[in-house]
Amino acid sequence: MNDMKSMPDNTLNSPERRRFIGTATAAAGVALIPGVMLFEVAHGRPEDQAVSSAVRWGMLIDATRCATGCDDCVSACSTENGWTPVAESQHPRQAPQWIRKLELQDPLTQKETNLPMLCQHCGDAPCIDVCPTGASFRRADGIVLVNRHTCIGCRYCMMACPYKARSLVHEPLNDTQKPDVPRGVGCVEACTFCVQKLDRGDGTTACAEACTAAGNDAILFGDMNDPDSAIAKRLRELPTKEVRADLNLDLSVRYHGI
Amino acid sequence: MASMTFREVEGSSLKYWMLFGGTGLFVLFGFLSYLYMHHHGHVVTGMDNQIVWGLPHVFAVFLIVAASGALNVASIASVFNKPMYKPLAPLSAILALALLLGGLLVLVLDLGRSDRLIVAMTHFNFMSMFTWNVFLYTGFFVLVGIYLWTMLDRNVKAYSKAAGTAAFIWRLTLTTGTGSLFGFLIARQLYGTAMLAPMFIIMSFAYGLAIYLMVLVAAYAWTGRPLGDAVMMRLKTLLAVFVAAVLYFVVVYHLTNLYFAKMGSAETFILRDGGILTTLFWVAQIAIGCVIPLVILLTGLGRQRSWIMIASALVILGGIAQMYVTIIGAQAYPLDLFPGMTVKSSFYDGVIHEYSPTMAEFFLGLGGVAIALLATIFGVKVLRLLPVNLDDATIAKLEH
Amino acid sequence: MKRLLALGAAILTAAALAWAGSDDPAKTSGVPKPVITKAIKGEHCVEPNDFMRRNHMKVLLHQRDETVLDGIRTKKYSLKECINCHASEKTGSVAASKDDFCVSCHSYASVKIDCFDCHSTKPQGSMAMHPLNAETAHYAHKLAAQAHSKVSAEEMAGIAQ
Repeated sequence: MNDMKSMPDNTLNSPERRRFIGTATAAAGVALIPGVMLFEVAHGRPEDQAVSSAVRWGMLIDATRCATGCDDCVSACSTENGWTPVAESQHPRQAPQWIRKLELQDPLTQKETNLPMLCQHCGDAPCIDVCPTGASFRRADGIVLVNRHTCIGCRYCMMACPYKARSLVHEPLNDTQKPDVPRGVGCVEACTFCVQKLDRGDGTTACAEACTAAGNDAILFGDMNDPDSAIAKRLRELPTKEVRADLNLDLSVRYHGI
Repeated sequence: MASMTFREVEGSSLKYWMLFGGTGLFVLFGFLSYLYMHHHGHVVTGMDNQIVWGLPHVFAVFLIVAASGALNVASIASVFNKPMYKPLAPLSAILALALLLGGLLVLVLDLGRSDRLIVAMTHFNFMSMFTWNVFLYTGFFVLVGIYLWTMLDRNVKAYSKAAGTAAFIWRLTLTTGTGSLFGFLIARQLYGTAMLAPMFIIMSFAYGLAIYLMVLVAAYAWTGRPLGDAVMMRLKTLLAVFVAAVLYFVVVYHLTNLYFAKMGSAETFILRDGGILTTLFWVAQIAIGCVIPLVILLTGLGRQRSWIMIASALVILGGIAQMYVTIIGAQAYPLDLFPGMTVKSSFYDGVIHEYSPTMAEFFLGLGGVAIALLATIFGVKVLRLLPVNLDDATIAKLEH
Repeated sequence: MKRLLALGAAILTAAALAWAGSDDPAKTSGVPKPVITKAIKGEHCVEPNDFMRRNHMKVLLHQRDETVLDGIRTKKYSLKECINCHASEKTGSVAASKDDFCVSCHSYASVKIDCFDCHSTKPQGSMAMHPLNAETAHYAHKLAAQAHSKVSAEEMAGIAQ
């Protein structure tokens, strides 16, 4: 992270540069194994310390770079978080989808736009307001999550979410969950910004990694509060929009090119 | 005021026990449906990630709304001091409690994690309309329970008016809360309006009174107690007023929506292009639920008791249809994330969502209705809720 | 409701045991005792056995809220670490068969476990099974990525800086 900051700004946003940072971080991690220093290097938060609002995780999606027909972000999310891809599900209408590709078209101009849609991690989230038990909550670092220990499966949040970001788990999962990603029948779930990855210091999400790996670089993830982070810099340069900005929900996901 | 004798229904006849058993059977079916849904998860229902609230919610919300309305007759007696309604009040109160019980059970048994009900009772988020409803329901049970007690126990009769007034204010709040469950949602086009709260209140008046009338007539006919036309004529006129008011609110709601361009396509979906939902709206909700009952109640037909019963039954059916259109219709129309754009995705964005309820959901909903009836049938047997005589002469004495 | 049922069942079981015990001591042998298999790795648990037998649910509950709400993922009382050590060699799980660590005791005590409706009962991959690597197992994918990607001399120099 230190050497990233020392780099000249003009190189920061090129795909090559970012891929290099990814490799470098991984290599640094390997070089330091084993050691507590890992957490310091990758994230700066000791594991016994609570997350703080000094960080606000966010995502910048560049719809102009999102490729038609590519759903690598969706498969990566499914693999990382253990939900069954909808194509393999026996009950597609009831299958959870944490992230999905939208294909938009302007009927007048025929202009087509591709983009991934996921939980927008609102700063002022309707799902949190309506949740009767407080199971929907926003973590200090801006991630909106469902506490499955208190979720009663009432689905009021699904009624309230303007982005259709949430799903109910309709059938028992029979121990197919990932150890890092608890999910359960009767509870509501949604994108977690790969909270398990962030907490272990990866600093990015499965979808963003997959998008970069596919060479599209349409998803940039990072700490929006850190003025030196790649995402903060990019957000300063690029015109971006919130989806349904009229609702004024203070979203953590911004789109360019919509 | 002339004294009025209340007596329990004897409830020893074969007919009583058959009614009891028949209703009980539906309660059992409802419970079995719950076990089935709970064991397999919501995968065995027609509900999915598009239609997240289905038939159980249609029944539950209908029953909860009707519960508040069933208290009408009692409120007219205590709050508005109409002596004629006094003898009708205890049945009104027990019916309100029974209907709320039925509705809440359906709501609770449909939860994804119904085994965690205790969590809902111990963790509260006061930003949530749902949380407020939990308190409104509990308060309703307590207040109507106390009100019923003041009507049944001579020692506390003096507090009847105070208790009745408290229950009246509470049930207006309760139905405001129920309407606001939907009114407070920004995401769906057809919700998110303050209209829904007063509309639900007026709907509760109509549904509650229709149910009350049917239960009253059935109870008096089956027990052979006299029930005069004086009572029936008053109540049927009241029902006509309530049904007309529901129609008025529905018209204003849709006209307002039609005027706003952004609501246009959602409105044309309900009013013209929605297939089964459009049919339910025009045929069941408007024609069967409002227009036909109004014609019956306001013409000469309304003087015959059997026609009043038909009108009440139609109001109830129309009410369930109205709930269906309100709850399912608003979800069937897709969310408009990118206004003006056509949308495609694997998650059914941009398409009308289909919903076909399964038998399990249907019987769970019916189970709630059956619980409400069973509680009422049991209530009139063990408590002195029904006057032995409601003929015209007895009623006339009350008025003087 | 289930908790109440579980409580009721526990009381009934206890009553039955007491009755059986007072009446005919031989009968108690009819109740299958829980199978407590020694953890497949490590010398001892994070706390003395007596403490854990009585209080594991308390420490887990405390840890659960810290993890979910605050992102604190310390290992000492983490359910994941319980599973890492206690998963059975046969089934690779703490709750797949009736003799597995969590299940055998819980069914003896008639207390429903709510954890595994949502949590996996198995450790994460083969690397996590090894105590030395449990902490670093999540870097496995990075190691793998490293193996596949071509790292140029310049990039290695960059890391060295």
